[in-house]
Amino acid sequence: MRETWNRLSEKQYFRPLIIFIIILLFNGIVSKGDFFTLSIVDGHLYGRIIDIVRNGSKLMILAGGMTMILATGGTDISVGSIMAISGAIACSIVNGNIFPSFNGNVAAAIILAILAGTVSGIWNGFLVAKIKIQPIVATMILMVAGRGIAQLITRGKIVTITSETYYFINGGYICGLPFPLFIVLFLVGLLVLFTGRTAFGLFLESVGCNPTASKYVGIKVDRMLLAIYTLSGAFAAVAGLIESAGIKGADCNNAGLGIEMDAILAVAIGGTNLMGGRFSIPASVIGALIVQSITTTVLALGVPAAYIRVLKALLIIIICLSQSKQFKDLVIKRKMINRKVVGS
Amino acid sequence: MEQTGKRKRVHINNISLVITIVLFILMFLFGSVKYNNFLSLSTFLNLFNDNAYLMIAAIGATFVLISGGIDISIASTIAFTGVSSAYLLERGVPAFLVILMMLLAGIIVGCTQGALIHYFKLQPFIVTLAGQFLMRGLCVVISERSIPISDPFFKTMALGKVAVHLGEAKAWNGKIYYYVFILLIVFAAAVYTLRYTKFGRCLYALGGGETSASLMGLNVARTKIAAYGISSFCAALGGIVFSFYTLAGFGLQNLGLELDALSSAVIGGTLLTGGVGTVAGTVVGVMIEGIIQTIVTYQNLNTWWTKVTIAALLCFFIVIQRIIAIRAEKSKGKNE
Repeated sequence: MRETWNRLSEKQYFRPLIIFIIILLFNGIVSKGDFFTLSIVDGHLYGRIIDIVRNGSKLMILAGGMTMILATGGTDISVGSIMAISGAIACSIVNGNIFPSFNGNVAAAIILAILAGTVSGIWNGFLVAKIKIQPIVATMILMVAGRGIAQLITRGKIVTITSETYYFINGGYICGLPFPLFIVLFLVGLLVLFTGRTAFGLFLESVGCNPTASKYVGIKVDRMLLAIYTLSGAFAAVAGLIESAGIKGADCNNAGLGIEMDAILAVAIGGTNLMGGRFSIPASVIGALIVQSITTTVLALGVPAAYIRVLKALLIIIICLSQSKQFKDLVIKRKMINRKVVGS
Repeated sequence: MEQTGKRKRVHINNISLVITIVLFILMFLFGSVKYNNFLSLSTFLNLFNDNAYLMIAAIGATFVLISGGIDISIASTIAFTGVSSAYLLERGVPAFLVILMMLLAGIIVGCTQGALIHYFKLQPFIVTLAGQFLMRGLCVVISERSIPISDPFFKTMALGKVAVHLGEAKAWNGKIYYYVFILLIVFAAAVYTLRYTKFGRCLYALGGGETSASLMGLNVARTKIAAYGISSFCAALGGIVFSFYTLAGFGLQNLGLELDALSSAVIGGTLLTGGVGTVAGTVVGVMIEGIIQTIVTYQNLNTWWTKVTIAALLCFFIVIQRIIAIRAEKSKGKNE
């Protein structure tokens, strides 16, 4: 028993998991138990926790892709815009505004939207890996231009759709559980298997710690960067589909606005070093759940939504500080001085 | 070796700037040929009237880029300054006090970011990204609606203008708003600082290589923190000029403006890797963006075309920079 506990507490996802449970308990106490009530209506589970999972699904997917990029010391701030592009394409196809020959085929819409996300990801990866532009600048190009592209696809309008099949992506249920959960499980499961069971994860960490050394060891850094940015783009497209299915339309100005910050925050809470190096995808996914539950909690407490952004910005700085070696040294030095004073 | 290295850097800088100026002239000619009334002094002067705030902010961003860092909190700082000054003016705080407070706030925000980046070795993009969200969040906390400004001083600055007469024909007449003179002062101060002060030279050295700069005995901490301080100060000043320009404060203003500021610096020949760049280039970079915007307006296109075009242009220039840098590296290898 003790051994399993020790082994569990060594895992990177242990601390985030505890934080998540504490937040849930806090919510439970504040709401006097209402928070945990699950009701079954028409064979579907309803409840606050289910809401957190459903609303957090986009973030969990993004956090999965973002973890790998941050592990290499890069970043991808274009995910929000890619979500907008994917939503715009999918809704426009379902609506028949573009490619009328598909007759609003949902499958075609989904495939083309994910394809667009993949192409966006390849573009990011190409700029970062081949042209060697700093990731922040490379992805910022798409962050700003992407919303423009989405606007051009929808011709500057908000596209609304009526398609029960398409709504299913966000609102559907399988075995009483919300469909987005299955998308998350599938994508994240793939990632965990891929990084955990192959050498890819190890290579990622090595690139994050020292790209030059990794190159001399024989790791194909370029190809790896290209692959992870592409994956991140494709994942963002899936998140965009969930988002647009949720609001039943494509709103290019607001879809995924500011979500890149949430994704980075989720990864940071998960304990992945933002400078690159050690990473854990399950920890980031729990981090995403924490971010989502913080949002829900703050809203439930009646604090205006505007404060959430400020809170998150402060949180990310605090977490970054706690990861910084210089900051740790400073704190340790203080403690040592205090101890010396007490000792003498 | 030292000599050739230096010459190459100047070379890189020049090529970008030359391309930029040629591009600007070509675009102006294109507009003049295609549209009536385009070729006039007022079109040219309006580039400054409409983009003064962006130029000021971009000049600040150039300092950070030269130091080898990046600041993506600019746009939010501009919006924050606009909203909070409108809010304070609405509550009856005197105009000069508001301006002073905003500039001070800008310096504090910038120096805090710089200190976090320098002392705790955090990545500039994460710190300034957090700064971006913090300021944007504060905007909405202060006010979710657009606040009009009716302060007499702000109104004078917004509406006061100097007529420029260069000839009898209508094309030779134009006007310059008062706030453009703020830009001129900032520009002159920035050029002087970068060229003739110890701080300016330190900044270039820092961008060239942080380790070598500190081994040379330069005060890296002060220079770096000051660079971020200047950037946010310029953004705050830009925000004030922006509120002169629009006479209102709104929290969602200038979304994505940081790309405009950074790309105009890059288009003007500033290297993203640091160590190379001029403010004159940055101003020309903003002028190019202004002319793209004018053409987009004349053509009656969706305004998003401006963003897409600028992003494409930015890509083009970054690629040019990379190609030149790679070639320079190769020839360096041969010499050795």
